[in-house]
Amino acid sequence: MVVAKVDNALRLSAVDRKASSLGLAIGQPLANARAMLPALKVMAANEPADVKLLARIADWCDRFTPFVALDGPRGLLLDVTGAAHLFGGEQTMLDRIREGLHAQGFAVRGALAGTAMAARALARYRDGTVIAPGEEAKAVAPLPIAALNLDPVATHAFRRAGLKTVGQVAGRKRAEIAARFGAAMVATLDLALGRAEEPISPRLPRPDYWKEQNFAEPIVMEETIRAVLKSLAAALSDVLERRGEGARRLEAVFFRADGAVRRIAIEMGAPTREPAIVERLFREKLDALADPLDPGFGFDLIRLSASRTERACSEAADLDGGANGETEIRFLVDRLAARFGSHRILSFQPNGTHIPEAAWVVVPAQYAQPSKLSWEKIRGIREAPRRPLRMFVRPEPVDFVAMLHLRWHRVQHVVTKCEGPERIAMEWWRHRTPQPARDYFRVEDGEGRRYWLYRSGGVERDGATPQWFLHGVFA
Amino acid sequence: MRAEKLAALRVSLVRPGLEEISTRIPLGHAAADLCLKGGLERGALHEIFAAIGHEAAATGFAAGLAMRVAARKHVLWIRQDFSALEFGELSAVGLLEFGLDPARMLLLCVADAADGLRAATDALSCAALGAVVIEIPGKPKILDLVASRRLTLACAQKSVTAFLLRFGAKPDASAAETRWLVRAASSPAREENWGHPVFETDLVRNRHGRPGHWVMEWNCDDGLFQNPTTNSGVVVPAPSDRPAAAAREGVESARRFMP
Repeated sequence: MVVAKVDNALRLSAVDRKASSLGLAIGQPLANARAMLPALKVMAANEPADVKLLARIADWCDRFTPFVALDGPRGLLLDVTGAAHLFGGEQTMLDRIREGLHAQGFAVRGALAGTAMAARALARYRDGTVIAPGEEAKAVAPLPIAALNLDPVATHAFRRAGLKTVGQVAGRKRAEIAARFGAAMVATLDLALGRAEEPISPRLPRPDYWKEQNFAEPIVMEETIRAVLKSLAAALSDVLERRGEGARRLEAVFFRADGAVRRIAIEMGAPTREPAIVERLFREKLDALADPLDPGFGFDLIRLSASRTERACSEAADLDGGANGETEIRFLVDRLAARFGSHRILSFQPNGTHIPEAAWVVVPAQYAQPSKLSWEKIRGIREAPRRPLRMFVRPEPVDFVAMLHLRWHRVQHVVTKCEGPERIAMEWWRHRTPQPARDYFRVEDGEGRRYWLYRSGGVERDGATPQWFLHGVFA
Repeated sequence: MRAEKLAALRVSLVRPGLEEISTRIPLGHAAADLCLKGGLERGALHEIFAAIGHEAAATGFAAGLAMRVAARKHVLWIRQDFSALEFGELSAVGLLEFGLDPARMLLLCVADAADGLRAATDALSCAALGAVVIEIPGKPKILDLVASRRLTLACAQKSVTAFLLRFGAKPDASAAETRWLVRAASSPAREENWGHPVFETDLVRNRHGRPGHWVMEWNCDDGLFQNPTTNSGVVVPAPSDRPAAAAREGVESARRFMP
């Protein structure tokens, strides 16, 4: 027995079978219930845990169809259109779902019908029914009005009007109902009676294509799993090739026999459908998982779905060396991204500013698009580099006296050459508070090492010593 | 039967065209190229050790070599997070100023040496890459003779060249083709012009030739190494006729580099 605070009163939010047989009902104040049965065992409701549990159940249900939607706080809607025959027909499928959940210790009620509304109503009052298409009206008619899940005011109004079942309401003229309860009520009624359809909104994005494989005996071996992935990739590749498409994102869903579900996705820089590449990328990804794939007692279903696809022309001929090179680089980038994460394999792009640390950006190489800006050298021809090869993300404060010494990392360097200043003004339009301009100097020490230093805030004023920073080191 | 099998295996081992692939790329510096029998071997592992405090110079030397070898192909630069904090992040504009095309550079950031070596071995199987540079600070245990041999084999397979850029480490047993000790050299003593990058390089290991010691200048415009434009530093040509002396000198100079 679970209670929660509703409208400033503790009310029952869930009751078990025994409690309901003793006359307790959801929504009853706890004080009333206590008065009826002083020996009640009461627990506080934990809504976040309920939501999590429902999501886990939804994960489990994913094995029947990828279109699973959450329905209120304790309901799930499964769109099984075109999937029932895979599980031995609608009745068998419904029984399997109910039995499967029951075996996991849940009290479950379910029904299968042409519309979500009808199924919802039937699940509550006629557990386990399967309604043939077009029979919704007949099946729903004898149910009480409460089955429509209307707001209490409307339910009460129907009762007062003497309409006790859905069938009686359906028997009235549409115009009458619309006039009394609004057009929405007519629409609800239509849905319940199977006269109109309403799409469900799956909780996960709908994959474009998917292939799956069921196993009579759960599989555990890593090699088997890889082989299955490869054969699924090959099957998916056929479909994609027929449509002239390639996948940018693939998701493998592993359904464990005990109900746990694991999803692992890989991303590709370019549309891909080559099974060998897909298998290789998954291998990289699975190898690199911080939390490895745990088969437990084995997986009884593996599904491979393409959740993002793009048009792809058929593979370029291998003779074309240039294009092939690009493809190979892209594959390498995908591989490294699968293993280390796409934020770790980077490419450089110009950024069109003269601020030294912002003059370029690093972007994930997988998603890098050719930049409109071009790289522009700062040095003139035959001139030495004017920007250092290595730069510090945070300029390091140093002690510097021009033409004398430089102290960095507690090491004293003798300065033999000093060139500058090169004044770089900050972009005033970017900062709210004006940033001081920087005077950059190129400094060489006695051993030939070259540093890039700057003085912040221009020349010294009022006797204050300017602060020097080391921003980079030249080759 | 057995002889036949052996013969078949031999044929499969000696792949046709292997000789043509493993060409040598001249550095541009005449004396060094002579010592290297024409240049740096492609599809092999080369080690570059930075003298303490000369990490940026070694970075430049490695970048120059990688650019020579890769020509117009992509270069993959593998760096560890620690290395970027300690010695500075590789700068795209810096590379551009140095003469490299940043658009042909891929940067892989890894957490440790094990990841770096693993990624390198994988990347070396991509024939479209020109060179792979692996920056390794310190002396990780994982980088041993076996690891370097593995890299060498991976290099040879698709003829991609690998450069191990070592910071703060002493040379150890390895399967590398060449080993360089690098430090910065003073630029020519002309006041008005800030010179090109100059390196004092020590070739302490050369599997197919003698060691040597040269001061090289990197020509950022033409992308090659050359003698410093004005001889400020001491240029020591490789004593080609005295192998023992050269070897001794190599060891000597190696010692000078050690902290």
